[in-house]
Amino acid sequence: MNNSIAQRIADFLKHYEPFTYLSSDDVYTIATQVKVLYFEKNKILFQINDKTHDNFYVVNSGEIGLNITSDSDDVLIDKCDDGDIIGLRPFFAKDNYLMTAKAREETILYAIPIEIFKPYVSQNQDILNFLLESFASNTRNPHSKENKGKLISENVIYNEQTTEIQYYQPIKYTKNPITSKANHLIKDIAKKMVDHKIGSIIVEKSNLPIGIITDKDLRSKIATGLFPIDIDAKQIMSTPVITVAENLSIAEAQIMMLKYNVGHLCVTIDGTIHSEIKGIISEHDIVVAQANNPGVLIKQCKRASNSTDLRIIREKLTELIQQSLDKNIPINHLCSIAGEINTAISKRAIELAIEKIGTPPPTRFSWMAMGSQGRKEQLLMTDQDNFIIFEDVPDKEYENIKSYFLQLAERVTKTLNKVGYEFCPANMMASNPQWCKSLTDWKKQFNLWINAPGDNGILMCSIFFDYDLVYGDEAFVDKITQNIFDNTNKNGLFFAYLGADAIKSPPPLGFFKQFIVENDGENKDSFDIKARALMPLIDAARLLALNKETRNVNNTYLRFKKLAELEPQNQDLHEACADAFLTLLTFRTEEGLLNENSGRYLNLKELSKLDKVKLKNCFSPIEGIQELIKTRFQLTYFT
Amino acid sequence: MNWNWFKKIAKDKPKFWETYLSNFEDKERRNRYVVFDCESTGLDYKKDRILSIGAVAIVDNVIEVKDYFEVFVIQELFKPESVPIHGIMRNGNEDKIVEVEAIIRFLEYVKDATLVGHHVNFDIELINEALSKLDLGKIKNDYMDTDAMYQKLKYLPYEEHRSLDELCDIYKIRKSDRHTASGDAFITALLFLKLKKKLEI
Repeated sequence: MNNSIAQRIADFLKHYEPFTYLSSDDVYTIATQVKVLYFEKNKILFQINDKTHDNFYVVNSGEIGLNITSDSDDVLIDKCDDGDIIGLRPFFAKDNYLMTAKAREETILYAIPIEIFKPYVSQNQDILNFLLESFASNTRNPHSKENKGKLISENVIYNEQTTEIQYYQPIKYTKNPITSKANHLIKDIAKKMVDHKIGSIIVEKSNLPIGIITDKDLRSKIATGLFPIDIDAKQIMSTPVITVAENLSIAEAQIMMLKYNVGHLCVTIDGTIHSEIKGIISEHDIVVAQANNPGVLIKQCKRASNSTDLRIIREKLTELIQQSLDKNIPINHLCSIAGEINTAISKRAIELAIEKIGTPPPTRFSWMAMGSQGRKEQLLMTDQDNFIIFEDVPDKEYENIKSYFLQLAERVTKTLNKVGYEFCPANMMASNPQWCKSLTDWKKQFNLWINAPGDNGILMCSIFFDYDLVYGDEAFVDKITQNIFDNTNKNGLFFAYLGADAIKSPPPLGFFKQFIVENDGENKDSFDIKARALMPLIDAARLLALNKETRNVNNTYLRFKKLAELEPQNQDLHEACADAFLTLLTFRTEEGLLNENSGRYLNLKELSKLDKVKLKNCFSPIEGIQELIKTRFQLTYFT
Repeated sequence: MNWNWFKKIAKDKPKFWETYLSNFEDKERRNRYVVFDCESTGLDYKKDRILSIGAVAIVDNVIEVKDYFEVFVIQELFKPESVPIHGIMRNGNEDKIVEVEAIIRFLEYVKDATLVGHHVNFDIELINEALSKLDLGKIKNDYMDTDAMYQKLKYLPYEEHRSLDELCDIYKIRKSDRHTASGDAFITALLFLKLKKKLEI
């Protein structure tokens, strides 16, 4: 009995990869086993940590969103519509799903049993490659241009800060490896391996790999006495050699090693044993390649024993940021990863300083980062801004205790300077006696700024109100935050000042819709993206978040997201601001990485037309949010 | 004499019918739905004939494509006496089969499932009509009508009907393959899933 429903499903599937690689009959056979599922809007297909299903899914109509949880917020990282594949994880891994798949509208899905599809995967290299790439390269459909860079890999775990974004880079391997011939003596080969400090040697014949001898062979076949040491290589070499082509990703290399249970892969020109040897990949190469993984960097921070170690980690972070930007990893995720690593570096610098001093801190204290690090937006090497809060102590001990913390701060800021975070030119650092004081003194300080906001107070607010705990006691942070809210609540004058400050830089388009560029100085004719575009958004987000008394959200992007949630009537505007901020931050970071500077000034002449349009598009939310601020805080007369 | 003969016939129903009835013996809750559609020569179930039947099963809100049924019926003058009743013609792998065979296979396929169709009454009547020609009773399955479900969902008056096409437009269901029995069965199945969810059945 011909199944016309299956035929109909096959007709749909065959237009989409990987089914395009199959014959019509095979697609039909698969289609006969399909289950058709209907999902109403917001219904969940699977959730993070759910056990994997027996099926993978193809969207027939509607749209499924893939979310990951990052900082307890759901972050949409991809939308899948007609013909897109979801839930490949069971093909490659035994663990649970690492994403949540949820219907964004009414959706019809075709569920295809993994068991049914597996034989086609193992028989058909194109399908295997497509699935691997889809699963691994972070893009859903690696062959479609428009999806370039969209995240899909269900491998990504942002919430644990151990993204495996490095995982899919081509692996670096040893080129022109040491080889030997089949008739060489084992003893000589072992010597050769010792001399070159290598764990394996490829046996070649006219430059084709015919076998491999590894430490394991020497151990299990020679050292056990099974064979004497004066025999030929060919008697103990392992064959065939597992060969791969160049440009293998780390993930694929790992899969190959697991699949064949080997520790070495031989790279040949076409990936078979019938072409010339190009190099060798060892397990060690995989370990090294993963060293830029954020999780590994954080671990390394914890083990760092001096500023040089920390500096190396910070340099790796820069590499990581560069590579991630190249791969279009969303910059807000990058911010939180970089934030964690920056924090880990500072933390370790503090621990090392305490060790150096030799006596533990005399009281509880908090080391706070502020400015861009406080907002977790520090992607480039900018200067350090920090302060210390220590516990309230009796007057007579105050000076002694303060001097301990000043000494600590002195050491920490020096270490951070060596790592690459330059000293703050305005001396906004914990080593400045003004910014190292007790909780009560800090409360007074903040109250002063809030209640006598004059121009200087507002400047200080904009710096000191973006703080983040780096090391020490969280309780102090909560107390400072509460104190700020107590003083700012219904404080019209304060908000008027802060509001006026937030709108001091109007949207940066001139009368003829030209960019406003710098008129003089060394940055003449370049565009100050920090002062003219980023700061207005950062200031607006801080002001509005403070006004709404949102806690624990110090990041500009998240502040706007939160505001969008709190003010449904202005949701579009806030979300536009959040997006604009990310776009602008990406511009600045790319510029900074390119020129190894702060990325503050963009040379407009070097921007493509498309980039200019993208940049200009960010300005209308700025205009919108400034209008909102003017109205909300009644600033019309104030400015 | 006559009377006895008559009684014997009445008692001696064909095997497939007994098998079919036996499906309903246990009263467990049934969770298999069969969505089906009959294409017929016209809209008068007394005169018109079934051309084809297409059906697909739904279990646990999932359309099981492999649990599928489709037959095409040979159009010839219907002669019940010429048809051996006891489930012969079983090896008929031809493209088309006679109506009786179609009905036998259909009942074997649906078992005790709840039948679903759009304007399902007509399809049920077609099948009952075929059964009555075999001197058998009416179909025993529960059945649900997607049009009635929509009426219920929207609180529409009983007289107000919607065609399958209209409901497909409302629920954005692609209509390719309309007016083949299996094509309509599949579309109706999708519609049924949506309505079932909305009515929280």
